[in-house]
Amino acid sequence: MLGTGLLQGLAVTAKNLAGSYHDPKRFVTTQYPEERTKLPEAYRNFPFLVSESTDDLMGTLRCVACQICEKECPPQCIYIEKSKDKKPDASGKMQVYPAVFDIDTAVCMSCQICVEVCPFDAIKMDQIFEIAATDRFTGLLLGREALAKPNAYYHTLHPVDAAEVDDRLATARKAAAAKAAPKPAAAPPQPPVAPSAQAPAPKPAA
Amino acid sequence: MSFSLPSPLESAPGARVRAVRDPFHGDLLEVSMGPHHPSTHGVFRMNVTLDGETVVKLKPVFGYLHRNHEKIGENASYLGSMPYTDRLDYLCSMTNNWAYALAVERLSGQTVPERAEYLRVILAELTRLLNHTCFAGFILQDCGASGTPLMYAFREREKILDLFESLSGSRMMCNFQRFGGCRADATPEWLEAARALVDGYGEFEELLTGNEILMARTQGVGRLPAKLAVGAGITGPMLRASGVGYDLRKVDGYGVYPRLDFRVPVGADGDTYDRYMVRVLEMRESIKILRQALGTLPGGPVMDPKARLRGFRAKPGEVYSRIEGPKGEIGFFLISDGGPNPYRYRVRPPSFINLTVLEDLCLGHSIADTVVILGSIDIVLGEVDR
Repeated sequence: MLGTGLLQGLAVTAKNLAGSYHDPKRFVTTQYPEERTKLPEAYRNFPFLVSESTDDLMGTLRCVACQICEKECPPQCIYIEKSKDKKPDASGKMQVYPAVFDIDTAVCMSCQICVEVCPFDAIKMDQIFEIAATDRFTGLLLGREALAKPNAYYHTLHPVDAAEVDDRLATARKAAAAKAAPKPAAAPPQPPVAPSAQAPAPKPAA
Repeated sequence: MSFSLPSPLESAPGARVRAVRDPFHGDLLEVSMGPHHPSTHGVFRMNVTLDGETVVKLKPVFGYLHRNHEKIGENASYLGSMPYTDRLDYLCSMTNNWAYALAVERLSGQTVPERAEYLRVILAELTRLLNHTCFAGFILQDCGASGTPLMYAFREREKILDLFESLSGSRMMCNFQRFGGCRADATPEWLEAARALVDGYGEFEELLTGNEILMARTQGVGRLPAKLAVGAGITGPMLRASGVGYDLRKVDGYGVYPRLDFRVPVGADGDTYDRYMVRVLEMRESIKILRQALGTLPGGPVMDPKARLRGFRAKPGEVYSRIEGPKGEIGFFLISDGGPNPYRYRVRPPSFINLTVLEDLCLGHSIADTVVILGSIDIVLGEVDR
């Protein structure tokens, strides 16, 4: 009969209309600024730099300015300048650190390739998405001060991954300390999580 | 010696299209539809010549969204091109990723673990569901049903996008496949959510199929003969709607598709309605594939442990690799000279090649049908213009 298909379709619409008053499956709208949906753990937005210590963000950056992410970044939104001096990195080796580390978030396409290629677990993806700025140049070009965030923050985003990274770094630190400490007094006890900028272990021979 | 230019408002002698102040005004009218027309699915222009309301000539104009994709691919590293492939057909980033990863894997002779192959099939079929759902919404929008069907489609699509987001971190720009596997593994909770989604997919069809207005608008409109379809290189659901049973999942048997039991729906008339119905039937087959793949997903790693991420170089050589994307054959042609980036990088975009027969489909139909026919080709301008 002509019109049955139409009526069948209208029945679906009517069911949904009625459902929008009582069926929890139909309550799909989130009243955004007041209510927020929980982001999935894998969600990624823009990168940030991991610092070991909460108090001394600039002094304990994991980044050693190796510039691999700068080379691999597909839209070329990372700019790094190496420091002239050296300081101990997260695994206890003497390394240069980034004197300048800029990410232009206006260019960044959130692809996560910098995170994947980083051998030092120094750059991770953030989940903050409310980043509107009134100035599109300085507001969106983030320097290392704006990018640095403590390891504790990374723990809140990805607890399992962060613990794994900490374990790996602690093992590397222990190995470096054991290698570089012929005199037993020189090896300072290292806390496993979030060590601050301590007196550096002497530079390993290798 | 007298010489006078014709006034711009008078037609040149012999012109088929008459200017407005021409004494013969009224026979043909040239209309520029687009590029900012809501029914052209992006920035796409059709120069249509109309006799009354009937299309007598149609010239597609595109390139407004050209982003230099292929040249960027030749200058970026192999890995660096992966996120750009998301932006080709931005509804189907998972299949674009897979096609590109497959090309590089063939070039460098890498193998993919079993679990990753299954995961790729699951994600590709979810993408097909997503794409065809959106297609149904868009074509109804093009028929004039403004709002309701599209919102139903987007509601279903959102569920799949949520799955993609919880797996890959991004709803549309997934950037998920890597050379030698997948970037992340699916958790048991994710697989459970995927199973629940597959089981509860379907209200949409009830809303539309059998709708008399849809049938009246689409049956017999925009017939594509099988011979023309094959000759023009049409692939995907559009080719199958014309009655040619050609599906790369069966023909090439890439991935684990040969192990899965599914059928290839084929149309009879090749009209717009068939192009709609073939996609609806394909969604049913996709659900069948998803049930099997989710049921038999093996354990193990999702990434080849030997695969290199940093400083990846492929062996010198060339490769063309293709998969059956939701819109048709999406292929990548790569030439490697052994360096860190491909010497030549070329995309075979299904939307663009399917679009080439637009004039043949539209001739003799009304201008309102042109919009529906364009919708039934299912293009994404990101892929047409690249």
